[in-house]
Amino acid sequence: MADVHAVETDHEEHESTGVSNLKLGMWIFLSSEFLFFGALITNYLLYSNRGGFTGPYPAEVYDIPFTSVSSFVLLMSSLTMVLAHNAFSRGDQNGTRTWLFATAALGAVFLGGQVFEFTEFIVNYDMKLTTNPAASAFYVLTGFHGIHVAIGVLLLLSLWGISRARGGLSQKSGLNVEMVGLYWHFVDIIWIVIFTVVYLLSLPPA
Amino acid sequence: MTATAERPATSIFRRPRSKTGLWSWITTVDHKRIGIMYGYAAFFFFIVGGIEALLLRIQLSQANAEFLTAGAYNALFTMHGTTMVFLFVMPASAAFMNYMLPLLVGARDVAFPRLNALSWWVFFFGAIFMYSTFFFGTSLPPAGVEGVAGNLPEGGGPGSFNWLANSPDGGWFGYQPNAGPFYTPGTAMDFWAGGLQILGLSSLVSSVNFIVTTFNMRAKGMKLMRMPVFAWMTTVTAFLLLFSLPIIAVALFMVTTDRQFGSLFFAAQNGGDPILWQHLFWLFGHPEVYIIILPPMGIVSEVMPAFARKPLFGYSAVVFAGAAIAFLGFGVWAHHMFSSGITPVAQAAFGLATMTIAIPTGIKIFNWLGTLWGGRIRFTPAMLFAIGFIAMFTIGGLSGVTHSIVPADWQETDTYYVVAHFHYVIFGGAVFGLFSGLYYWFPKYSGRLLDEKLGKLHFWLTFIGFNMTFAPMHWLGLQGMVRRTWKYAPEMGLEGWNQVVTAGAFIIALAMLVFMYNWRKSRRRGTVAGMDPWDARTIEWMTPNPTPEHNFSESLEITSLDHFWHMKYEEDEEGRPVRRADADEILARLEDIGNNPREPIHLPSPSFFPFLIGLGVPLIFYGIVYHTSLVGKGLIVLGALIVLASAIGWGIEPADEPHYGHDDHDEEHGEEEVVEVHG
Repeated sequence: MADVHAVETDHEEHESTGVSNLKLGMWIFLSSEFLFFGALITNYLLYSNRGGFTGPYPAEVYDIPFTSVSSFVLLMSSLTMVLAHNAFSRGDQNGTRTWLFATAALGAVFLGGQVFEFTEFIVNYDMKLTTNPAASAFYVLTGFHGIHVAIGVLLLLSLWGISRARGGLSQKSGLNVEMVGLYWHFVDIIWIVIFTVVYLLSLPPA
Repeated sequence: MTATAERPATSIFRRPRSKTGLWSWITTVDHKRIGIMYGYAAFFFFIVGGIEALLLRIQLSQANAEFLTAGAYNALFTMHGTTMVFLFVMPASAAFMNYMLPLLVGARDVAFPRLNALSWWVFFFGAIFMYSTFFFGTSLPPAGVEGVAGNLPEGGGPGSFNWLANSPDGGWFGYQPNAGPFYTPGTAMDFWAGGLQILGLSSLVSSVNFIVTTFNMRAKGMKLMRMPVFAWMTTVTAFLLLFSLPIIAVALFMVTTDRQFGSLFFAAQNGGDPILWQHLFWLFGHPEVYIIILPPMGIVSEVMPAFARKPLFGYSAVVFAGAAIAFLGFGVWAHHMFSSGITPVAQAAFGLATMTIAIPTGIKIFNWLGTLWGGRIRFTPAMLFAIGFIAMFTIGGLSGVTHSIVPADWQETDTYYVVAHFHYVIFGGAVFGLFSGLYYWFPKYSGRLLDEKLGKLHFWLTFIGFNMTFAPMHWLGLQGMVRRTWKYAPEMGLEGWNQVVTAGAFIIALAMLVFMYNWRKSRRRGTVAGMDPWDARTIEWMTPNPTPEHNFSESLEITSLDHFWHMKYEEDEEGRPVRRADADEILARLEDIGNNPREPIHLPSPSFFPFLIGLGVPLIFYGIVYHTSLVGKGLIVLGALIVLASAIGWGIEPADEPHYGHDDHDEEHGEEEVVEVHG
């Protein structure tokens, strides 16, 4: 494989942006994802303090200390992702593997926290998806974020598995550390916005 | 090349290698083949949507007609709109983008060939998912509502097989809460919402691919402002898709959770906002209008200079006007909602914003007229359709401006005036532009020309039928004929013009039969086009017809806009173009080298995985529709597993392997030219 890839063509990329196709594609895809979460967050803000709903509002049942801890865990996973990428750039395949696994583990802890949080809300506070539009908006927003984290964990574990099976990762492969890293940081950044806007700044109707 | 090959260590399956037959089409990553598949699928749905329209017109040709029930009428106008927008015009544009974009920017393929195949297969299976509602869907009256006479076609209801009773009937806009679980139970609207979601995924993948292609894959020397206008409009359209699709994705997910899992986003009786859907839908839906029209605008901007034998007048103004239309397009959505009770301030703001769209649109129209002015015009079918585009689109654009005047809009809302308006821009605009492109670029696909006499007949029949169909709708609407209603009373005096409209619709159908005959005849037996049948200007004609699999044998070096033209022509003292003495030699050399590359060319390798992922995605959506049953849950798991396994297979399979390219001439060559591609 390697020798084929080493033969660079002079056909492409003369006027290119200087960014590889993959990286540019990922950035462009993520720009679309921002609109996706933007719509979901707007949707939550529309309902979060609209009066007159039956049942609890999300802002009445938040456990801010608990969510702060799980948010911290997710933020730390961005640090481990940076460490994984750093190790990868230095050619340290073992270090890459370790930090990738750590990132996936922290992501899984965050997901566990979300499952616990949802269960709390549903069982103890009787706030279900079907309770009122504010609750619907909360669950669909945080649920989609959770799905994004879960996909990220799967990507990280795939990288880890490929690296274990082949004894290392290649920069050339479509699924590479840098791509997954970009995606993972995006998922984290969105969570910072969600935690701030949806958890910390949202109030139940007066 | 041997028939079987060693399984490479990096792949789950043996890498597909067939170059002909069904498997070669299923596994292809060649942008031209993908474009051809898009094109045929789009035309198929054009016919289907057209038949649906003819049925509607038969019903409306008489006052108080009994040809269709109200329910059947609702089903047909819903599927007509959905089909024409999402299954015809968008994939037809995608066909041109796929086939032409790499040729126009001088590349061997798009940036991510496998993702391109993924877009197509997701579209294909998404379309099948959408239309499978006719077999599996149900559309029922609201629970507990008795005596909705004529609401359902005869024999409708759960368990019975009746095509129209199985169809979604909430309109292509699917307004909530009308199309929500309370007022429209049954599964048909779930097929609609899921189908649009899948089609949106396909378009999103394409948009990323096309943007990276134009940003990164251009030939040497092709600066952004040397790109052909169609490449520009493809890029602009891709950005529109990129930023509008996530909005509709969110809205459709909300509909799906409302309908399937009991969330209350749009449930007005539980405090849900009935206008929220309209905002989200039109925040996507208005950019969608420009997603429909900008690619055909790009096409006519290619066709007109070729047949007026002049450069495009104001190239940069045309490009920037396209970008401006796209930008403004995100700020005008509420003009679809002037009668929904939004505040006067919002109405004024959106009315004004809507008027500003006329400025860049006007710039384009005047630039096209400037291109024609003083040109040596050849009235080929492609040129006729392009001129028809300008004329018809201008009428549609002007009636559009009348909607920005809020009090006038209140009168026009929900009347046939609106139907007339958007058919003038979508049919008179987009579809004329697409046909123009078909006549222009047909040689790139077949190596032959579409018959010119039949083409002119096709144009004039379309033009006459189109105006008979849609012009009277203006005054029918102003006389008070309402949209989406299956009957009108005889004393309204609407029957005469409605008969003209119906007759016009059948003339359009006749025109399409002429076109299909022409296509069939010319594809095999048409005049051989040669290298440069139109004496064209842009670089897609610098390679033989039909296009070789590798597009260009040699790297191009672009020195100007209309590079190909400047290779063939120089200017005399008065600035008139004079054909260079050696122009024919240049063409002959290009043709020879295009057909017989001097060096072996390695192209991206075919793959099974795009097809498999495309197959898996609708299974998940079927599962969501039937999620309460065990079968449904099983389908979700099965679909997710197929997608996951294919994604992993994709991830570890290199985009290109030696000896597995779709154009490997020679197994033995030592050194290869590799197109650097991923994805």
